[in-house]
Amino acid sequence: MNFDPRYSGRNFSSVGTRPIRPDGIDKVTGRARYGADFNMAGQLVGRILRSPHAHAVIKKIDTSKAEKLAGVKAVITAKDLPDLTDGDAAMYDILDNSMARKKALYDGHAVAAVAAIDARIARQALKLIEVDYEVLPHVTDVDEAAHHHAPLINDQIFTEGLEEKPAKPSNVTKRTQFGHGDVHKGFAQADFIVERSFKTEQTHQGYIEPHACVASVNPDGTADLWVCTQGHFVYRQHCAQLLGLEASKLRVTSSEIGGGFGGKTHVWAEPVALALSRKAGRPVKLVMTRDEVFRASGPTSATSIDVKIGAKKDGTITAAEATLRYSCGPYPGSWAEIGAMTAFACYKLENVKTVGYEVLVNRPKTAAYRAPSAPMAAFAVESAVDELAHELGMNAVDFRIKNAAQEGTRASYGPVYGPIGIGPTLEAAKNHPHMKAPLKMNQGRGMACGFWFNFGGQTCTDLNIGMDGSVSLAVGTVDVGGSRASLSLVAAEELGIDYSQVKAIVADTSSLGYNDMTDGSRGTFSSSMATISAARNAIKVLRDRAAQMWDIPVDDVTWEKGHAIAKGEKYGNLSPLSLKDIAAKSGTTGGPIAGHSELVADGAGVSFATHICDIEVDPETGATRVIRYTVVQDAGKAVHPTYVEGQYQGGAAQGIGWALNEEYIYGKDGRLQNPGFLDYRIPVCSDLPMIDTQILEIPNPNHPYGVRGVGETSIVPPLAAIANAVSNAVGVRMTHIPMSPPRILAALDAEREG
Amino acid sequence: MRYIRPLSIEDAVGELAKAVGPAAILAGGSDLLVRMKGGFIEPELIVDIKAISGLADITETADGFRIGAAVPCAVLGENKAVRKAWPGVVEAANLIGSKQVQGRCTITGNLCNASPAADSVPALVAAAAKAVVAGPSGKRTIAVESVPTGPGRTSLAKGEIIEAILLDKRPEHAGDAYLRFIPRTEMDIAVVSAGVNLTLDDKGAIKTARVALGAAAPTVLLVEEAGQVLVGSKLDEGTLERLAKICSGACRPIDDKRGTIEFRRKVAGVLAQRAAAIAYKRAGGK
Ligand SMILES: Cc1cc2nc3c(=O)[nH]c(=O)nc-3n(C[C@H](O)[C@H](O)[C@H](O)COP(=O)(O)OP(=O)(O)OC[C@H]3O[C@@H](n4cnc5c(N)ncnc54)[C@H](O)[C@@H]3O)c2cc1C
Repeated sequence: MNFDPRYSGRNFSSVGTRPIRPDGIDKVTGRARYGADFNMAGQLVGRILRSPHAHAVIKKIDTSKAEKLAGVKAVITAKDLPDLTDGDAAMYDILDNSMARKKALYDGHAVAAVAAIDARIARQALKLIEVDYEVLPHVTDVDEAAHHHAPLINDQIFTEGLEEKPAKPSNVTKRTQFGHGDVHKGFAQADFIVERSFKTEQTHQGYIEPHACVASVNPDGTADLWVCTQGHFVYRQHCAQLLGLEASKLRVTSSEIGGGFGGKTHVWAEPVALALSRKAGRPVKLVMTRDEVFRASGPTSATSIDVKIGAKKDGTITAAEATLRYSCGPYPGSWAEIGAMTAFACYKLENVKTVGYEVLVNRPKTAAYRAPSAPMAAFAVESAVDELAHELGMNAVDFRIKNAAQEGTRASYGPVYGPIGIGPTLEAAKNHPHMKAPLKMNQGRGMACGFWFNFGGQTCTDLNIGMDGSVSLAVGTVDVGGSRASLSLVAAEELGIDYSQVKAIVADTSSLGYNDMTDGSRGTFSSSMATISAARNAIKVLRDRAAQMWDIPVDDVTWEKGHAIAKGEKYGNLSPLSLKDIAAKSGTTGGPIAGHSELVADGAGVSFATHICDIEVDPETGATRVIRYTVVQDAGKAVHPTYVEGQYQGGAAQGIGWALNEEYIYGKDGRLQNPGFLDYRIPVCSDLPMIDTQILEIPNPNHPYGVRGVGETSIVPPLAAIANAVSNAVGVRMTHIPMSPPRILAALDAEREG
Repeated sequence: MRYIRPLSIEDAVGELAKAVGPAAILAGGSDLLVRMKGGFIEPELIVDIKAISGLADITETADGFRIGAAVPCAVLGENKAVRKAWPGVVEAANLIGSKQVQGRCTITGNLCNASPAADSVPALVAAAAKAVVAGPSGKRTIAVESVPTGPGRTSLAKGEIIEAILLDKRPEHAGDAYLRFIPRTEMDIAVVSAGVNLTLDDKGAIKTARVALGAAAPTVLLVEEAGQVLVGSKLDEGTLERLAKICSGACRPIDDKRGTIEFRRKVAGVLAQRAAAIAYKRAGGK
């Protein structure tokens, strides 16, 4: 509806302030309703039986004993979720991941489920289900899986993207390549070349709230789902398709969310809960245990990456090359592809080539995790960049500044950049007091840069003005990081009213048009665009109503600072009408006043960050402590700076955990050894220093306020920044993430022994 | 499942002795409830010992301290006399979990849970603590290190309950210390740990020494040789090196999700050295 999204360079009165968030009171008083807080009369308890094997044919499942147990109302297997995916391979994988059809593909893969009147009976019923497995050889390591001797996970998969179609199936599902120029020529021009291989272990998003939902299916084909998700519209589409429901008859309501980070963009238990409810004829509540969350949901890829970078004596990079292998779990994905796109995105390169290989392993299906795939690629590349700077005898910041991408640079993954923030974040880091602070014994400083694309997507909001002049804003992007506050600020800004007059909610799928989920750092970027558009539409109505009230042409009415103003001297005696004045009369001037917006938010501005970090290492034990951490990142425009800082700090905190201790540990039997927070070590409060932040604002030309997504980029540099800091502290290049104390000590011992 | 809260040790012992199905003693519950929730055990009888008279008391006797089996670690930590006499035992007990966990957990529970990584146990073993066991055939007092016999297993017979832990009265010039290695700063389980207990003679040389290691073998390790190497020394560099070597050699660790064999061996030695240095200083050594 001829909405102009271009950046307008206006002055702000609400945007950029730091009011209290609308969901704050509920959250600090415990009143907020998370996934597991919803209950229905007569609801049953759903529980899932999971494979104890990493790879096994399911020969037979006998559920008869479980069905006979008093209190059991439904038992389901894959048979109760017939394949309705109609050749849609990606949907079929989601279906198979929700409930294994022929083979269990990882430890924790769902094979059956029950709904019973209480948790104890449900647990007993699971024990009565007899599954006859034929255990197959398994493979969990990304490099081993890519080897041609490895056990095949899916014999129907032949590597895509090769010049010749392969004759034999493979666990490598796809090869992708990006870049430009001629790397051979480039390396020939180099005076110094660094070439190294790196590994990163698999991590989980580690959201504190486990997956939880209540499903209620009616015999008339309608259904309700209350669920903790990052995207209730997407969950609706997926569940409707998998269960053969009409999308508009499945109403999905999203709860408050205790963390998602990409892990709640994906259905797991929800189709199972719906199938159980359909069979039992009663609502079913399904809450995953932490063990299930680790074994069956989430994780990101484990990776193995080779990097080669060459530079001239003057510090100009002449060529850069990377080969990236990413694990996908047992289903094809595009994780290495994204890694290959992001790897060198920070730099201006004449000759660059990246190749990605997607690798199947007997681990849970890889899900997005905050800037998915970029942190590992950045770890490898930024480690090599640091090492090359050392070899050149150049300061690590100056070396990066010299080679940083700029406006007009052709990115290694194809497009030509508009105005971007990599140079400014590097300059800011260079001038930051952190860079000059003295270091003590056994301490090292590291830095690294990171890039993320950001995403826009389909978005829709409703803005309704009450007769008292208060404004309700209904959005369809789940609030994962304070976006209701930010969007209220944007509505207040555009309408010219006070923040306290606006109340934002996340509407359910039957109350609003389709919205893509909150991923790709799109929540505030896209919904603020839709909110601005909705507010502008509401202003049109408000002007029209004012014109009616004054009985003058609408073209003579403008909107300024929350008021309709009659333009021109002839209306000199008409005092402005406030939004409140106009709303009060709406019943007699044409009815309720509202503004709607449906759009595709194009032009999400790419985002860059530079991180600096100081680490102390105990050389006798390999123990590490993060002494100081600084995040510098471009936000485009920080709508609510506190929540932007929160995103910067959160990404850094997760990155610190990933870099130092978090990892999936599999036994030789292919079973996950540490499916709990005791042995899957996310950092606790006392592990972290206060994470310092600096917001830069390089406006995104494609957003009226210049907003860029900020949620993901902050997790891209930490692995590399910390690896560089540890390497500088101990004088040994660390190439394997996480740098757990045993790994650091082993690296130090290897160095001592020469 | 039946839950009972007897008021006397005799009743508790009697109920446990005649229990037919699996029975469990409940002190703080910070191990027991976790294991029940995880579905690892499904006891039919739970005997809560917190209401048994005297079990929640710390008493100072002519011989030392008697710490009742139901004394939460937080209460132990607030006891000035114990803290002064046995700072190493108290610091070990106060490393368990977090503030919240310490409000419930007990050192007796820590001992009877029989985890090789239990934090208070190496400190208790180094301190030569004893356990008073009440059972169907009366009471006996045993060395703490004889309680755990393997991961999750103890030498206690059916119907037996540990009533209290005994710590000796301290001579002059005595000190103890406990250190554990965890990758994080808190809320973690020891990858390996060391407790050291020393007494010094008037000249500041070590007179007696006990060294115990945790998470280094299926049960807590009392490394007698390590104690012997310290005796007579003032903790010079050579002695510390020998101490580390003996401790590393005494370990029989495993490779697991928490650490490698190599790592545990090495760090056991490092922690023993560091704990010895702290204990020596606490004993007044220079
Ligand atoms: C979040 C968390 C963090 C933790 N962190 C640590 C840590 O850092 N270090 C550490 O060592 N442990 C830790 N633990 C484990 C646990 O807290 C300790 O082992 C604690 O000391 C157990 O004491 P309790 O009184 O709670 O034992 P309970 O759970 O009550 O009992 C433990 C076991 O001992 C038996 N038992 C208890 N009392 C007696 C008795 N008087 N006689 C005979 N048998 C008895 C019980 O039947 C049970 O098998 C942690 C636990 C949690 C939940």
